[in-house]
Amino acid sequence: MATKAGFKAGVQDYRLTYYTPDYTPKDTDLLACFRMTPQAGVPPEECAAAVAAESSTGTWTTVWTDGLTDLDRYKGRCYHVEPVEGEDNQYFIFVAYPLDLFEEGSITNVLTSLVGNVFGFKALRALRLEDIRFPVALIKTYQGPPHGITVERDLLNKYGRPLLGCTIKPKLGLSAKNYGRAVYECLRGGLDFTKDDENINSQPFMRWRDRFLFVQEAITKAQAETNEIKGHYLNVTAGTCEEMMKRAEFAKEIGTPIIMHDFFTGGFTANTTLAKWCRDNGLLLHIHRAMHAVVDRQKNHGIHFRVLAKCLRLSGGDHLHSGTVVGKLEGDRAVTLGFVDLMREDYVEEDRSRGVFFTQDYASLPGVMPVASGGIHVWHMPALVEIFGDDSCLQFGGGTLGHPWGNAPGATANRVALEACVQARNEGRNLAREGNDVLREACRWSPELAAACDLWKEIKFEFDTVDTL
Amino acid sequence: MKTLPKERRYETLSYLPPLTDQQIVKQIEYMLELGYIPGVEFEENPTAELHHWTLWKLPLFNAKNSQDVLNEVRECRSEYSNCYIRVVGFDNLRQCQTVSFIVYKPGASRF
Repeated sequence: MATKAGFKAGVQDYRLTYYTPDYTPKDTDLLACFRMTPQAGVPPEECAAAVAAESSTGTWTTVWTDGLTDLDRYKGRCYHVEPVEGEDNQYFIFVAYPLDLFEEGSITNVLTSLVGNVFGFKALRALRLEDIRFPVALIKTYQGPPHGITVERDLLNKYGRPLLGCTIKPKLGLSAKNYGRAVYECLRGGLDFTKDDENINSQPFMRWRDRFLFVQEAITKAQAETNEIKGHYLNVTAGTCEEMMKRAEFAKEIGTPIIMHDFFTGGFTANTTLAKWCRDNGLLLHIHRAMHAVVDRQKNHGIHFRVLAKCLRLSGGDHLHSGTVVGKLEGDRAVTLGFVDLMREDYVEEDRSRGVFFTQDYASLPGVMPVASGGIHVWHMPALVEIFGDDSCLQFGGGTLGHPWGNAPGATANRVALEACVQARNEGRNLAREGNDVLREACRWSPELAAACDLWKEIKFEFDTVDTL
Repeated sequence: MKTLPKERRYETLSYLPPLTDQQIVKQIEYMLELGYIPGVEFEENPTAELHHWTLWKLPLFNAKNSQDVLNEVRECRSEYSNCYIRVVGFDNLRQCQTVSFIVYKPGASRF
């Protein structure tokens, strides 16, 4: 708006100000890609410009105070619109936001802008935030994971293999002492970690302090007996930040190595506070993602998980659940591996076939370890090792606890299967093709694995032949 | 149904039967292919939280093949037959340790 022309009240087309197809994004701009479905009759460029406006400086009508600032310096700009292949009336729109729009070190602030009011905007039928490119200048204002993958490995003395975990079940209703026993049995059998289920906080049947103490005893005992470092993700998620911090402080006091937080229900501000505290106090931080599917499941509306994963990496967490891939569709595999890269690599190239819309440079921000959890058992092991590689945590539940001989033999079956797969992979064998043979060979000398392999059904993986995305 | 016996373990590959020299060679080959710098460590009575075992000589920067590394393991094994021995690997680009697996346990019976 030209200040010299004076103030002219009224409603202007957004595209006049916020659609700038000739703009070349700057290295310092924060870039976002949305999947936009305009309401019938709304031209895509106008709608895209409205998204850029509503997620940055715009208001629906002109205001006189616009004349007191330089909108060109602060406005978001839609610089590219393209129709989504195979979809009717859907567009990928690309918006560049100037760095000054965002407070340093605040993911909360970024999301409040990018996925705030704009998602309820009337001209839109649906909107999904597909990806964000964080400029290095902004990345450097975050500290990210409290420790990151390589430091976690050093702390734990565990190298050259995925880590193994198990979520204790039933998820609700065990007493603290019985819970501690289940933890001990899993850990002594060969798992690295056990985990509080996300909805275990501090209920009448098991208060948090009792759980922490019995679990810590289980960790100490299993560690002494197996001679390996053990941990349990003690969930410190609570109703207030003060309570969360109280639980975290107690976890530190009793010497536990890792705690857990539900970042989405707990909120980014609480998460960043906890991550910072974990870094200062030497505890690892496991991140659960309850509620993510509410916003990331619909293809045309919400936020893609890769954005949440990137935001979590900046906010801070050493582990983050990523899904398991196995048993899902081929496309899911590529997309999952796309955001797994965004979690743990330092530099990720744009690759649309994997859902990566922007090249992202993390400028040495530590990586987050992906956690593959849910519905997996020993027969999935070859595929999991093949897909996720060493820097991952394979998280069982029923696949350990459901072993016919109990938790400890179940854990041993998991660990033997894992090490047999790692050994075979390193020897040059193809896990996709020979994985089941590798497990059957190990069954000959491991009765624990043999019992597990009898109980659960063999699975066939031939993903190497159809992976053509 | 069987109760799992209590047993001390030594991290990666310690849940497998003891590796033969041939199997050790294959693991070392994999590591060399990835460009890691091999090394050998030993310790008489390692505990879970002991991060630094004693380094055998120096990391084997000049190892040309897996046999060179295996020879160092053998030499270490004959000199320190009372000690646990593991092969480690370093990635100088990522600036971290990436590999560690147990290759010798004194007096091992079942495993």
